Amino acid sequence: MSGANHEHHHDNELDPMDARVRALETLLARKGLVDPAAIDAIVDTYEKKVGPRNGARVVARAWTQTAFADWLRRDATAAIASLGYTGRQGEHMRAVFNGDGVHNLVVCTLCSCYPWSVLGLPPVWYKSPPYRSRAVMDPRGVLAEFGLELPADTTIRVWDSTAELRYLVVPQRPAGTEGWDEERLAELVTRDSMIGTALAKQAEAA
Amino acid sequence: MNGPHDLGGQMGFGPVAPEPDEPFFHADWERRALGVTLCAGALGAWTLDESRHARESLHPADYYASSYYAIWIKALERLVVRHGFVTGDELASGAPAPGGRAPKRVLKAEDVPAVLARGGPCDRAIAGEPRYAEGQRVRTRNMHPTGHTRLPRYARDKVGTIETVHGGFVFPDTNAHGLGEQPQRLYTVVFDGRELWGEQADPSLKVSIDAWEGYLEPA
Repeated sequence: MSGANHEHHHDNELDPMDARVRALETLLARKGLVDPAAIDAIVDTYEKKVGPRNGARVVARAWTQTAFADWLRRDATAAIASLGYTGRQGEHMRAVFNGDGVHNLVVCTLCSCYPWSVLGLPPVWYKSPPYRSRAVMDPRGVLAEFGLELPADTTIRVWDSTAELRYLVVPQRPAGTEGWDEERLAELVTRDSMIGTALAKQAEAA
Repeated sequence: MNGPHDLGGQMGFGPVAPEPDEPFFHADWERRALGVTLCAGALGAWTLDESRHARESLHPADYYASSYYAIWIKALERLVVRHGFVTGDELASGAPAPGGRAPKRVLKAEDVPAVLARGGPCDRAIAGEPRYAEGQRVRTRNMHPTGHTRLPRYARDKVGTIETVHGGFVFPDTNAHGLGEQPQRLYTVVFDGRELWGEQADPSLKVSIDAWEGYLEPA
């Protein structure tokens, strides 16, 4: 037997939310208000089709094509749509570029606004009070919890997503990646590096 | 409203807990919670702003004790009752009764890709010139509305600089309450960390919010 299949989820069975959600879905379906197959299709989309690989492709293209990077700065929604990434929670995109001495960090202190079209669904920590409360007040402390320490004179630029603009951080291209193609570069671009809680992976880590 | 959701600058929640290789869902009910919330939203009876307000209107003790998908479901239960699709009795018993509001539309599986790809753009054409220009100093209003707002408490009555002048966007403060979209111009306003948090703040910190024109006054 392989050890990989030995994950048990007892906590789910005990979770009262399981019964509560099931009851609500069943009630709405029996009243003809929701179609369970549509729920399946939504889940399939966000579990299998939309995720941070989308954003990684955007970043890798910005690293390799100056004209695309300029477009991304000027009109991120259109530049990102040119790669086929559009729609819900990505209707109004803005790309913010890390540079020498400037590091960007994205948060939604009021709820969980996140650029779904390029990063998929947000991780739990992004939606939770510890991150939402401290990212705007003590970002260096937050970054330290992700293992990221920046020079003291680096400006930390925090973007609180209080409206319908959704922010994508474009991390700096790692050294030693000259001549790499987009596909290889995209492997260095993690979800966290596009939120701002990490840098892109180093070349030797790929 | 000064609700439990308005977290910027609050303390006591402990460290962030990043989870390596985190899955998109931690339990099957979270999958259903996402899907049923989006499907119910597609009934077209309420706006995203009203959804957000329903979530932030949970009792603070309930809000902080709930995971994010649990917050969504508790808010959704209120929304379907408020808008007459189901009754409180039906929710409590789980058994459908005759009657209830007829939906304008129901999202079908075959329409999901197109609906998600289209999203719900919130930009709107507005007349008139921007009141503020890039580089201008502005003060955010000292306001404490009991209804929905997207001006966080930590950024009220603070002086910042207009960094970007955007176009018109649906105004959440009215739209959340069925008072119409009433679009206003939006601005990205950036603040020094010390303006927000005082002398102890990290001198290298700058924080921006996206603020509707009505949240601002000249500095």
